[in-house]
Amino acid sequence: MTATLPAYNFAYLDEQTKRMIRRAILKAIAIPGYQVPFASREMPMPYGWGTGGVQVTASILGPDDVLKVIDQGADDTTNAVSIRRFFARTAGVATTTRTSEATIIQTRHRIPETPLKEGQVLVYQVPIPEPLRFLEPRETETRQMHALEEYGLMHVKLYEDIARHGHIATTYAYPVKVEGRYLMDPSPTPKFDNPKMDMSPALQLFGAGREQRIYALPPFTGVVSLDFEDHPFERTRFERPCALCGAADVYLDEIVTDDAGGRMFVCSDTDHCEARRETAAGPPAQEARR
Amino acid sequence: MYVAVKGGEAAISAAHELLARERRGDLGVPEITPEQIRDQLTLAVNRTMCEGSLYDPELAALAVKQARGDLIEAIFLLRAYRTTLPRLGNAEPVDTAAMRIRRRISATYKDLPGGQLLGPTFDYTHRLLDAAPVSAREASEPVAPASAEEPVPHVTALLDREGLIESNAATIDGAPVGDITRDPVTFPAGRDIRLQALARGDEGFLLALGYSTQRGYGRTHPFAGEIRMGEVEIELVPEELGFAVPLGRLTLTECEMVNQFKGSADAPPQFTRGYGLVFGHSERKAMAMALVDRALRTEELGQEATTPAQDQEFVLAHADNVQATGFVEHLKLPHYVDFQAELALLRQLRAEWQAARADRPVEDTCAEPQAGREAAE
Repeated sequence: MTATLPAYNFAYLDEQTKRMIRRAILKAIAIPGYQVPFASREMPMPYGWGTGGVQVTASILGPDDVLKVIDQGADDTTNAVSIRRFFARTAGVATTTRTSEATIIQTRHRIPETPLKEGQVLVYQVPIPEPLRFLEPRETETRQMHALEEYGLMHVKLYEDIARHGHIATTYAYPVKVEGRYLMDPSPTPKFDNPKMDMSPALQLFGAGREQRIYALPPFTGVVSLDFEDHPFERTRFERPCALCGAADVYLDEIVTDDAGGRMFVCSDTDHCEARRETAAGPPAQEARR
Repeated sequence: MYVAVKGGEAAISAAHELLARERRGDLGVPEITPEQIRDQLTLAVNRTMCEGSLYDPELAALAVKQARGDLIEAIFLLRAYRTTLPRLGNAEPVDTAAMRIRRRISATYKDLPGGQLLGPTFDYTHRLLDAAPVSAREASEPVAPASAEEPVPHVTALLDREGLIESNAATIDGAPVGDITRDPVTFPAGRDIRLQALARGDEGFLLALGYSTQRGYGRTHPFAGEIRMGEVEIELVPEELGFAVPLGRLTLTECEMVNQFKGSADAPPQFTRGYGLVFGHSERKAMAMALVDRALRTEELGQEATTPAQDQEFVLAHADNVQATGFVEHLKLPHYVDFQAELALLRQLRAEWQAARADRPVEDTCAEPQAGREAAE
């Protein structure tokens, strides 16, 4: 039996498919926050593992691009390694872990701490693009709600959170309103990252493969996290700086250091942490605490 | 200093090395070949082709081997290959009435034109574990391959002639047929789209949904009008030639269910149809598909959709096992940052709850803590 293995196109997808995805991306850029249906393809990695982001990246990637891939803020998490390797293999592009050097950054669950610049593209992997999905499971209903700008259901949900917990009990995938029109899911990034989306000089593209949707935030788009006058949006704050680089006002991962309650908190953004440690005189004394 | 372990290149390579070794198993046992899988595990190959939406027994057998027998993984491998193939054109519709029949049964008529032909079936076997069929009987004389010589009309065509069953909507030459691999599904979806989604849908999911309609969650009173399996010719009309060129043969299984009546003041009562068509010999899948197809026609037939099998958004959005397995299994991926956000909120809520309780009079301390949050994405 001779099953000849195929030769794959640059960045895996064939050019017709890339054109179809680029058309969806252009439409998404033209209507910020609107979810554009597209004919998502099977990819050689599973649905839910970044197929939307991978298709968007494959469609915009050129031979001169420098690609960075992060998962949970880190370049060295297994899925980030796997996707970076995929593009290194199928497109032969240069890869980097440096936020400032990348032209395209594909991410799952974080926005880098280093502010993005004009000309950079941030590609988000999105599991459930519909911000109203857990309030209304039907696509026919939610599309109509977006068309009519009927977002009362979400405000009621946030209000119920406050009534029950005293706070809005949404800590990630915190809903935002784009240019005063479309309600948008920022993907499951912690709400800590939401303010970074607002007026970002970078182009932000969101790809949901399994759900067949692409949406976008063009550079310098107004993005507002939903809140109430008497319960304004609050960014998650950490009580301590990073135990490795001493950075304050960054998102931290909690690392359990022993089985006696020992913990340390370190930067979730590994590139940011490493860059600071390289330039600084040295790291502060490591603090482990109970 | 403690370094956070987040995986990395070396770990992935080592894991894949282990996988390869597990796949090979005991080196003292001969390695299985794709040819053996293709010829001896035909039904696994058929299911892989069907749900992988690619008719290629060689590649499907290779996928089954590479996937260590995990058929959903094999389907996934085949789909990821299929999606890269260029489109040369659309084949002509296959004519299942002209099928070279290897099996054909009807549960609605004892005898009928073309006859009943059992063919290779598990039906009426006694399910007793028995090493004999796989070894000793190999050498015995082959049974003369039964296949019908005379034309075998569809049972539904016989009913249709008398007006007893709804006619299939007339096909319009050149009318566009949807393609779920080239356009995203939008709701409400037409029957062409629904049938495509069902054809590549998960056998187990469709089986359970079809079964649920038999147990009262949207009854359709089905009869297996006909199940036929055999080979059909597939043809393509290249634009530059203008006439049909045969490309080869496909093995297909087709199931036509005959379902409960409809009728109105304008139209006399008639049976209705449910349709299933799949690659290879995949009878269970074809039957389940036909049951679900009929259930999904509920609204079109003027009834209210109230059960899961009748709900096209529910059925079509969850039938694809490659999508389903990916999303379920993505929960294995790290969710550190979202979990950290939840952890911080939960600690804060608990601290506030403790503080509130400390302030409260003694008799009023039985408030319950809230923990209602859905799982992380």
